[in-house]
Amino acid sequence: MTAISVRGLWKAYGERSVLERIDLDVDSGEFCTLVGASGCGKTTFLRILLSQERPTRGTVLLDDQPLPSEPEPSRGVVFQRYSVFPHLTVLENVILGLELQQARWLGRLFGAARRRALEEGEQWLAAVGLTSSRDACPASLSGGMQQRLAIAQALILHPKVLLLDEPFGALDPGIRADMHVLIKDLWRKTGMTVFMVTHDIKEAFGLGTRVLAFDKVRRDPQAPDAFGATITYDLPGRGDGAEDGTLIPVHFPSKPARQGV
Amino acid sequence: MRRLVNRRPGTAGAAYLAALPFVLLVAAYLVGSAARLAENPNDKLLPAPSTLGAAIERVATQEDLRSGDIILWTDTAASLERLGKGIAVSAVIGLAFGIAVGLIPYVRATLAPFVAVLSMIPPLSVLPILFIVFGTGEAAKVVLIVVGITPFLIRDLALRVRELPGEQLIKAQTLGASTWQIVLRIVLPQVIPRLIGALRLSLGPAWLFLIAAEGIASSDGLGYRIFLERRHLAMDVILPYVAWITLLAFLLDLALARISARFFGWAEVR
Repeated sequence: MTAISVRGLWKAYGERSVLERIDLDVDSGEFCTLVGASGCGKTTFLRILLSQERPTRGTVLLDDQPLPSEPEPSRGVVFQRYSVFPHLTVLENVILGLELQQARWLGRLFGAARRRALEEGEQWLAAVGLTSSRDACPASLSGGMQQRLAIAQALILHPKVLLLDEPFGALDPGIRADMHVLIKDLWRKTGMTVFMVTHDIKEAFGLGTRVLAFDKVRRDPQAPDAFGATITYDLPGRGDGAEDGTLIPVHFPSKPARQGV
Repeated sequence: MRRLVNRRPGTAGAAYLAALPFVLLVAAYLVGSAARLAENPNDKLLPAPSTLGAAIERVATQEDLRSGDIILWTDTAASLERLGKGIAVSAVIGLAFGIAVGLIPYVRATLAPFVAVLSMIPPLSVLPILFIVFGTGEAAKVVLIVVGITPFLIRDLALRVRELPGEQLIKAQTLGASTWQIVLRIVLPQVIPRLIGALRLSLGPAWLFLIAAEGIASSDGLGYRIFLERRHLAMDVILPYVAWITLLAFLLDLALARISARFFGWAEVR
């Protein structure tokens, strides 16, 4: 089944073309990594999938429906930084999505509903290995732990598509390998579709089932901004995460039956 | 010889150094006062400590002959009430408009230039207008404080809201947040510590406007008393009043700083 279908996508800022002629079909459950030089438009492409930006021309379908015009819970996101909220504890950060979904006016749950949310949040903290930090505030966490938190926070709403914008770019190599294992495992168990922007080619091939390389194919030396980048290579990745060492077993919470979500 | 920038006083040394300017000021006063009084025992400009003490005892413990009040406390209560009302109203308006201007592009486009112009009006220049419109009662004094500090609060808080990383607002939307929920759960809690900081900075102007309004048209209040006593050069009352106002302002600032550290520790970590 096709999860994301892109047809004739162009993106320009005024005179400056960033992306052009992008056609892409991505099956549900694929792990796509987006690579390319800095400024080649891969992050812009991710932002379009997020509805943070709108395409200048062309269509993007999510499960055969046009993409909603604003960011919403069908597509979760983890940025390189600032994905978690500094004023909430770790556990409060994780359950925020549930609270926003279930309490329309206050954005805050009480009593039994809150206890259920906290239970679910604890399961997610366990899944990303943050149980011991549940009451800490995010500023006291390391970069890797903040990204674990951001991932749990995004996944608690079970998005169809998870968008990762250089999520591990600021982490130490050792921590990054741990994160590869984690994201791989979560991806396998949830069956969600993942798009990840990265600068690290090894990471791209190691994690992705599909590696999409962005580059400009047309260049006008007189007008460097006239043409945008497109997908120049669409390669199968190994997608087994083997380079990252052995998989650690992770217990992953299943999607509970909830009404009205 | 180590560089001056690398030399630091110890804890005790820092305390002595901090006390030094105060001690010097008091010493200079005592010397100056003694010298003037030696020349003219009736000099009113720098009263002797005993005269100051007597005046403090009079205003702080004895009932005023005319009104029957103990004037220091009635003045303090009147002034703090006006200051508190003015700051509370300003904080609420500043918070509501600051968040709206900072977060919502349509509100920003409509109000940001207007607030920028409003904040350039010298508040004291509208004081006569306030007296004409509200009369010389309580309202005019409170409104002067509000007029004086609210534009600054709105602009400062709007800036703070815009400083929130865009990633946070996008992330909140992917978690299903509506505009209202973004305000309530993401923006408001992160802006309140900034509001306390902005209020601390506004305390100085707020006192200025309060004392100016009280000095011009009032029948009680710390500012009223100072301006009244000026007419008979009663430095023995004016000087303790100024010191008292300074102490009150300092304690208010300290209280706000403590509240911020106590309840918004996460904001101090960064």
